[in-house]
Amino acid sequence: MSQPAPETATGGSTAAAPETGSATSRSVPQAQRERLLELDGLSKSYGTVHANRDISLHVERGEIVALLGENGAGKSTLVKQIFGLIKPDRGTITIKGDASPIKDPRDAIRRGIGMVHQHFQLVPVMTVAENMILGNETTSRGVLDIDGARRLVRELSEKHGLRVDPDAEVEDLPVGTQQRVEILKALSRSVDLLILDEPTAVLTPQETDELLKVMKELAAGGTSIVFITHKLREVLAAADRVYVLRQGAVVGEVATADTDARGLATMMVGRDVVLRVDKDEATPGEDVLSIRDLVVLDDRQLRAVDGFSLDVRAGEIVGVAGVEGNGQRELVEAIAGMRPPQSGRIDLLGKDITKANPHETHVAGIGHIPEDRERHGLVASYSLADNLVLNRFSEKPFANGFVRDFDAVRQNAEALFTEFDIRAAGVSAPAGSLSGGNKQKVVVAREMSFGPKLLMAAQPTRGVDVGSIEFIHRRIVAARDTGAAVLLVSAELDEVLSLADRIAVIHGGKVVAEMPGKDAERTEIGRLMAGDH
Amino acid sequence: MEWVKRNQITVGATVVVLVAAYVFYGINSNVATSMFSGAWFFAVPLVLGALTGVVGERSGVVNIGIEGQMLVAAFAAFFSASASGSLVVGVLVGMLAGIVMGAFLALTTVKGLMDQIIAGVVINIVATGLTSFFYRPGKVLSANMPQWNVPILSNIPLIGDVFFQSGPIALFALVSVPVVHFALFRTRWGLRTRSIGEYPSAADTAGIDVIRMRLVNVTIGGIFAGAAGAYLSMEATGGFERGMTAGRGFLALAILIFGGWRPLRVFAAALFFGFTNALASQLQGVVNIPQQFITLLPYLLTLVVLAVAAGRVRAPGAVGQPFVKGEGS
Repeated sequence: MSQPAPETATGGSTAAAPETGSATSRSVPQAQRERLLELDGLSKSYGTVHANRDISLHVERGEIVALLGENGAGKSTLVKQIFGLIKPDRGTITIKGDASPIKDPRDAIRRGIGMVHQHFQLVPVMTVAENMILGNETTSRGVLDIDGARRLVRELSEKHGLRVDPDAEVEDLPVGTQQRVEILKALSRSVDLLILDEPTAVLTPQETDELLKVMKELAAGGTSIVFITHKLREVLAAADRVYVLRQGAVVGEVATADTDARGLATMMVGRDVVLRVDKDEATPGEDVLSIRDLVVLDDRQLRAVDGFSLDVRAGEIVGVAGVEGNGQRELVEAIAGMRPPQSGRIDLLGKDITKANPHETHVAGIGHIPEDRERHGLVASYSLADNLVLNRFSEKPFANGFVRDFDAVRQNAEALFTEFDIRAAGVSAPAGSLSGGNKQKVVVAREMSFGPKLLMAAQPTRGVDVGSIEFIHRRIVAARDTGAAVLLVSAELDEVLSLADRIAVIHGGKVVAEMPGKDAERTEIGRLMAGDH
Repeated sequence: MEWVKRNQITVGATVVVLVAAYVFYGINSNVATSMFSGAWFFAVPLVLGALTGVVGERSGVVNIGIEGQMLVAAFAAFFSASASGSLVVGVLVGMLAGIVMGAFLALTTVKGLMDQIIAGVVINIVATGLTSFFYRPGKVLSANMPQWNVPILSNIPLIGDVFFQSGPIALFALVSVPVVHFALFRTRWGLRTRSIGEYPSAADTAGIDVIRMRLVNVTIGGIFAGAAGAYLSMEATGGFERGMTAGRGFLALAILIFGGWRPLRVFAAALFFGFTNALASQLQGVVNIPQQFITLLPYLLTLVVLAVAAGRVRAPGAVGQPFVKGEGS
């Protein structure tokens, strides 16, 4: 913290209170303003793809700026250039008036830029203290000063109110705490500008609220923050100003006080988006899925699903709401046949599928949109056409006996491309080449197009852009309307609230409450999710 | 004594082994000394070879070419010593040969992004071919390697006889173990080395030059395999033969894994291997087992140990994965 800071209030926490009638609550008085970062005409291309096109923006001291955009809009590319991980093709980055190119992350750190990456850059088998000093070690006569590192962690965590044990190994810490370590690590390098790349993607709602609070406190203490997100609520809750990116270019800049969720969403996708899902009243039929006293062990052999019972009827969407890690993943895997249950029973249309394998559950009529599409949903190196028949490549009409029918596979792909609005270079392009939203549409198309009796969607819109979210939501409702039973498992409470006809709250591996979706209370569910019942 | 508390099992096991060794020594000092000396004699090249593995794999580069590195070094050490008439030149050339082979592995895998396993196989094949082709029989060393007695320490019963009355390369091995261990866990170099082997992108964002550090580590790490080669052809036997490493480089790999990529444990694991080997030789006179089975024992043990250890130890997270800047965040 040795830069010639012009502002007077340093070291204060929330003392620099808002109370100015101005719209942006933390805006610094004009005299104290300092332009910390300025980008001018920044461009970066990969082959023919323009990841960033002529981007100009600026960040003032103590300001929180959000970069909002769909997947593939170029947000990550942009901040990686500011942090020196990627070199821009054209344009300048000016940090505190210094426009010399940023050579590498070390240079960026030296000039006061800190970054918290989407995938944490922490060494899992090392302690918090070791991670804290990595790359910036102090030694005495050649020996690492680990005690000093411990002290540093304690001091910083006290100063910023971010509690963390310096001797804990990073891999043993929950994700939210790991992120805290990342933030502390950045702060230990005396940052002026902290970049957060999708910081809330892995956090629980509680952890998210905590993070947003920390961000505001840091900003009040004079640190500028740039954060990437595609969640509108967070932008409105935390940011002073927002830049909206689309297809690599800035398409809008607005103070958050002058806009709302709808306005931002429209800017992001370039058209009006229906955030609420329009759907008719459900007309549930017979029981399709029936789960009784299910117990499923997780990878550590603990009872992740612990006496779970639930029925899902034809023509209704049942949403399973819960904080991640309460057995949702194991539940879904058990139903899909990917993880054999310890005890209990799963029936599909009266047929016992407790011990079925994934192929058998598909044959029985389950369409499964898995949580991790990269690992369980797609084969990245296979063509899109093949990916679209992964679950039935050996069935008619895609195969005659042992011989595959490539014409049928291609026609199927072409039809689904149109129906599900999949945007790709062609049906023979590898699945790995698509953006997140389009990949998810491929999975959705495959799992919906064979007419499943039960559609099981796990985190169906995670990491997916707003336009695709809207589309996927509409398709889920359409599947319900054609008589499928839908089991929706999502960590996004908003998603569950807007889609589900019935909501089951899961905590500690069992259903703690069930209620109709229509007039479910957000706060009530939040309380139940947190284990308060 | 917090350290003792944290390492209860290790400390306990060490005490038990030491007590047992001295009880044995009390019963029959001659047999005990010769068995433990035999164990250390067998273990020296394994320890050295495994240290090359530790430095390389902790940096994220798999090295299955230790065998070849050792063989080339054994060849280079012996023939340069024989030609120059200087043992010192021989040892230094052997170490240099290890470093050169390390540099080859580093350049092909870290810079050239060649598959690390394939690069290791290439080293082994090239080493066998080159040393066989250029081999000339009938050369001898001008003198035997000296025997050094470390002052004071060599007077300790048993331990002094086994460890502190030996040739220079064996002593080098003995010193290298704690030095590398300390460097790995207590110095800046060690912290950074572990980080580039565990999670290189974290090191990269912390401003560490992953590529350069891997290049340097894998190259310099070859010095130990070089010393192991020189030990085999100069200190242990005083002659070079075709294929004389006889799988010791692979044994070193097994010990590396068994020792959990930690120098001190690697040392213990190598001694354990050496001891079984010595025990087998002792048994030869007592029970009637064909010689072939006796020599088979360490390799059989490797199989068992790896089968048991495989699920329990954990390799450095990024070992075997090339690092490309800016790829995968």
